[in-house]
Amino acid sequence: MRVRLVDIAHARSGDKGDTANVGVIAMRSEWYPLLEQHLTRERVAAHFQGMITGAVERFELPNLDALNFLLHGALGGGGTLSLKTDAQGKVFSTALLRMVLDVPDEEARRLKLPGGGT
Amino acid sequence: MSRVIRVAAGQGFWGDWLEAPRRQVEGGPIDYLMLDYLAEVTMSILQKQKERDPAMGYARDFVGAMESVFPAVADRGVRVIANAGGVNPPAAAAAVHGAARKHGVADRIRIGVVTGDDVLPRLDQLLARGHSLANMDTGEPLSAIRDRVLSANAYIGAGPIVEALREKANVVITGRSTDTALTMAPLLHEFEWKRDDWNRLAAGIVAGHIIECGAQCSGGNCLFNWRNIPDLADVGYPIVEAEADGTFHITKHPRTGGRISRHTVIEQLVYEMGNPREYITPDVIADFTSIQVEDAGPDRVRVFGITGKAPTDKLKVSIAYRAGFKAVGTLVYVWPDAIEKAQVADRVLRQRLDRLGLRFDEIHTEFLGATATHGALAGDGRDAPEVQLRVGVRSSDRAMVERFTREIAPLVLNGPPSVTGFAGGRPKTEEVVAYWPALIDKREITTQVEMFSP
Repeated sequence: MRVRLVDIAHARSGDKGDTANVGVIAMRSEWYPLLEQHLTRERVAAHFQGMITGAVERFELPNLDALNFLLHGALGGGGTLSLKTDAQGKVFSTALLRMVLDVPDEEARRLKLPGGGT
Repeated sequence: MSRVIRVAAGQGFWGDWLEAPRRQVEGGPIDYLMLDYLAEVTMSILQKQKERDPAMGYARDFVGAMESVFPAVADRGVRVIANAGGVNPPAAAAAVHGAARKHGVADRIRIGVVTGDDVLPRLDQLLARGHSLANMDTGEPLSAIRDRVLSANAYIGAGPIVEALREKANVVITGRSTDTALTMAPLLHEFEWKRDDWNRLAAGIVAGHIIECGAQCSGGNCLFNWRNIPDLADVGYPIVEAEADGTFHITKHPRTGGRISRHTVIEQLVYEMGNPREYITPDVIADFTSIQVEDAGPDRVRVFGITGKAPTDKLKVSIAYRAGFKAVGTLVYVWPDAIEKAQVADRVLRQRLDRLGLRFDEIHTEFLGATATHGALAGDGRDAPEVQLRVGVRSSDRAMVERFTREIAPLVLNGPPSVTGFAGGRPKTEEVVAYWPALIDKREITTQVEMFSP
């Protein structure tokens, strides 16, 4: 089943220099393993291809049902140097939530995932 | 029940809601009011103000905030901790003292002033003695921008705030204290935690991180279930209720709007997070992977289990420097073919800039309403009813940026059609003040604490 990340997780992002961070949080604790499994560093880097110039780092926080991603070279120089509307990376959070996950039907039913993704 | 200390957040940044401090002292019992005013570039703005007027250089909103809470501070024992001092804490103290006299409470306001974070006057001496103050992100030595430095301040920890509280200050004004120290210091003071009690200190830092952005942990800017967050017009700012063992609750005053839940608190915990195992502060390194968060009733969250370890022997230094000029011009293009028209206008504009011989360090185009913030992830914007073309330029040459600002308006009549939204006039050229993070040996920084006397 296709599952929209925005239906199973929420997120907040911020900045440190030219790096944006995106913390993505499972809406229910039992959904957190899906994030660990599907939101790999490689997939997230591919998702943001063309939007960032540097590498992607991933950190796990199972205690908070959350992953933290650092997106390097995301902010056009960052801070006041940046000419971007989102110079402080405030909405990279929702850009990440545009991802769609492929979850086996049986697992999706067991986890009671909201369906209907395209 | 063990003793509880309540620290309330009243400002999350300079420019935050003016009503919040008063609402925090009037909405229910609190012991401390924490006001955070400083962001990375705030110090440079304040430094410019101080250059124009030596009595300036602090967050002036703070004086109004103090006036709104004088009754609580003077008569009910609430103590205020604020990093509103910016690059001139003594001037902030003088302004607050002046306001206290006007309100007839000066005899009951004892202001502790923390200084020593400002290293601008010592910069050349530090460089001469071999401190490179290299940029933490790029590794470049400070000498690359030394002649353009506007301000330089070390991030200082909870120590001097605790000292001021011990000396019975009921208003503590600091310069570049870390945001989290403003919350941790009163807990350290009240519970007499040892300076190497890393787990408890880390708990104080995490409490500080949760409330340092004000309502951003109590329903503001919260994506989770955002439609159902009650009454944001009356949003309650957060309060830490801490216990001696380092556990604490996050809550807000009764009958206020917003929401505090495990989800709203976790959203704030991940904000501006780096490596979660090493949240570095001058006092302790907190491990965010140890934090346990659970719902503990309506608008009430319990936080516990936090661990920490000894800090490094460095302090971070926040340096601001002049980095050229920039301007941003916008025009709105409307259906049909809104994005195509905006794209053509961008091409025309760039051709003209090129033919004028203008060269920029950077020129950046965005199409708001289509791809500005989410890029290609947002699709191609073909059906957008309107698109705002937004072009920004940056250059060390002010004249080039000025010339750019004259090239936007002509497009209204000599570029692609269906254009509007230019009533704001010519774009403004502004000076860029950029941020240079560096490290310095802790032993180079000595803070001072004084009780203000007029």
